[in-house]
Amino acid sequence: MNRRSLVRALPVTPALVLLLLFLAGPIAYCAYIAFTDLQLTGQAESSFVGFENFRTAFQDEQFLNAVWLTLVFTVVSSLIGQNTLGLALAALMQRASKPVRTLTGGIVITAWVLPEVVAGFLLYAFFRKEGTLNALLDLLHLPSQNWLFTLPILAVSFANVWRGTAFSMLVYTAALGEIPKEITEAAEVDGAGGWRRMWHITLPMIRRSIGTNLMLNTLQTLSVFGLIWVMTRGGPGDKSQTLPLFMYEQAFQNSMIGYGTAVALLLLLVGSVFSVVYMRLLRTEV
Amino acid sequence: MPVRPTAVLPSLLATALAASALTACGGSGSDPDTVKVSFKQSTDNSIHVMDDYLADIKKQFEKANPGKKVELVPIKAPDSEYYTKLQQMLRSAKTAPDLVYEDTFLINSDITSGYLKPLDAYLAKWPDWNRFIDTAKAAAKAEDGKTYGVPDGTDTRGLWYDKGIFAKAGLPSDWQPKTWDEVLDAARTIKRRVPDVTPLNVYTGKPAGEAAAMQGFEMLLYGTEDRLYDDSAKKWIAGSQGFEDSLSFVETVYREKLGPDVSTALDPNIQTIVRGDLLPKGKLGIDLDGSWLPQDWLPGSGHEWPEWSSKLGLAYMPTQHGQSPGKVSMSGGWTWAVPAKAANPDLAFDFIRTMQTKANAQKWYVANSGISVREDVAADPAYAKAQPGIKFFTDLVASTHYRPAYPAYPKVSTAIQEAMEGVTTGDTSVEEAARNYDDSLKEATNDQVIEK
Repeated sequence: MNRRSLVRALPVTPALVLLLLFLAGPIAYCAYIAFTDLQLTGQAESSFVGFENFRTAFQDEQFLNAVWLTLVFTVVSSLIGQNTLGLALAALMQRASKPVRTLTGGIVITAWVLPEVVAGFLLYAFFRKEGTLNALLDLLHLPSQNWLFTLPILAVSFANVWRGTAFSMLVYTAALGEIPKEITEAAEVDGAGGWRRMWHITLPMIRRSIGTNLMLNTLQTLSVFGLIWVMTRGGPGDKSQTLPLFMYEQAFQNSMIGYGTAVALLLLLVGSVFSVVYMRLLRTEV
Repeated sequence: MPVRPTAVLPSLLATALAASALTACGGSGSDPDTVKVSFKQSTDNSIHVMDDYLADIKKQFEKANPGKKVELVPIKAPDSEYYTKLQQMLRSAKTAPDLVYEDTFLINSDITSGYLKPLDAYLAKWPDWNRFIDTAKAAAKAEDGKTYGVPDGTDTRGLWYDKGIFAKAGLPSDWQPKTWDEVLDAARTIKRRVPDVTPLNVYTGKPAGEAAAMQGFEMLLYGTEDRLYDDSAKKWIAGSQGFEDSLSFVETVYREKLGPDVSTALDPNIQTIVRGDLLPKGKLGIDLDGSWLPQDWLPGSGHEWPEWSSKLGLAYMPTQHGQSPGKVSMSGGWTWAVPAKAANPDLAFDFIRTMQTKANAQKWYVANSGISVREDVAADPAYAKAQPGIKFFTDLVASTHYRPAYPAYPKVSTAIQEAMEGVTTGDTSVEEAARNYDDSLKEATNDQVIEK
């Protein structure tokens, strides 16, 4: 490295050091712990155990159950729910009058701004046995039930849709706003209906935004913890125990930090797989 | 670009860092005249029983020891997170306080980790230690025979029943069942004659956590011929008849719909529902629960219910068939312990001694609805009269059991909760649930198991 580039590198050095110290450092430390049998308590010394934690995970029914639930939760709430609903809201709001737009936007964004735990409590109150949803169903003379007990994973998925849709809506509002008016108008003159314009013009033009949005949504959803913890604590049994909750239980309730960290690394892997798939899609289609 | 999920990793560590960073600001060891005391602060802002008590002791201590200072380090967290934070603090000399409040549930685990200091040398020179009853002295005794903590009280468990519901059901107002069957029969009678109330609550399943294992399952198991742990063989017990019988009891309660609706029983907030809603509103016939319930109903607690003592009756939990000694109770409680890495252990023990003068100990038991583990306090009429029910629960101390709180216990407890949950929902049969428990037990205890 010559003198000039050294001088050039100087201004970024503090940032680099901070990144290494506070981001790469903990991650590397975690990766190391995942290969030990470190416990929070109940053990005097920890030792290196190689791939033991990962072997345990793949033989652990609860872990496999958590992987499955994480996939269900992500597909239902992020891919289908937040993404589609966000796009639909953004499209509808383009046509709506200003007061409707402000009101809808306000409500959706409020859900997003609320802290995760507060949102969790609100939805717990909504879904619980004596909750708002059942009160509404009673009014309509429909059968009520304890949703958090009968359909826990769907209830928490709905909660995540409720909370996270605003993000997609904002992304898509921006994307739709950038489509030149002339193109849509030309299509309209050519006689294309609403659905055809959506399918042939709008979607292809915002494909990049769809990709980015899907990726961010998915990664955010994979790490949701507080919402599920407050609503169901992963229960009943382990019927809504996604990977972050499983990891918490192993690391902090059963004190097995090593095993918990190994699970965290596996979660990181799941996230990477999703990311790679999205990046692939983006590259081939644009 | 996997940016977000990595956030999970740092967040794991963030907890660790936050705990150390928060406490590191005044690392112990810096000042030999200051004793740092960590304790669990209630997450409910309206409850500051412990804060007030410790502030009072701090004042006494500083007055009696000129030049010495007490720094209180509250940790505001629910139980399970309190343990985690504490354990992280105890790992390093930079963050370890001089005195910590330890649950007997985890103390052995922390002793095995080398987090705590044996207190035998101090206890030998402390005459008040002889005032502590023997079972309580054993609460913080490790497998190595040394004692690592001074208990500041205990708790016992029994049956709370609603006299109003009993009258409607035609059951006696001074009810005392002699066997499990009599408990179930009373619940069946209530179900038949007072159909709009929950007859009997037994905590169950993972959402209730340790309450399910201790208030629920172990109150049953320790009334059979069997136990969780064989002290002479130093091994955990698998495949016992008592275990299956206890599970059958739980199954019966929920299959016959004598308990709360299963979805309510498995609500993570079930304890709050029972104490704050079902009991005060007269919607629960019998509740198998702990001695501390009135703490929630005291003036200033936010849910005052001073009439409870005339509305509720108390009965011992009977043994399975009424076999000797006829009644069962489990006990836990908290102890004051000195971290192995404490900078000022001598000063810390002096602080314990100030807390445990007879007058201060008594003040504490009364303030927190605690049950005395000191015979001199228990014998004091002022203590017995301080609160209705206190005599009932103090008398149980003589026939109570402590959990085998060895390092594997938290995992064993989870396995019990899972077995209970299976039979509660009806997803697994009693035999199957017991078999699953045996498997989990072997895993949790590294095969330190004997088959019955």
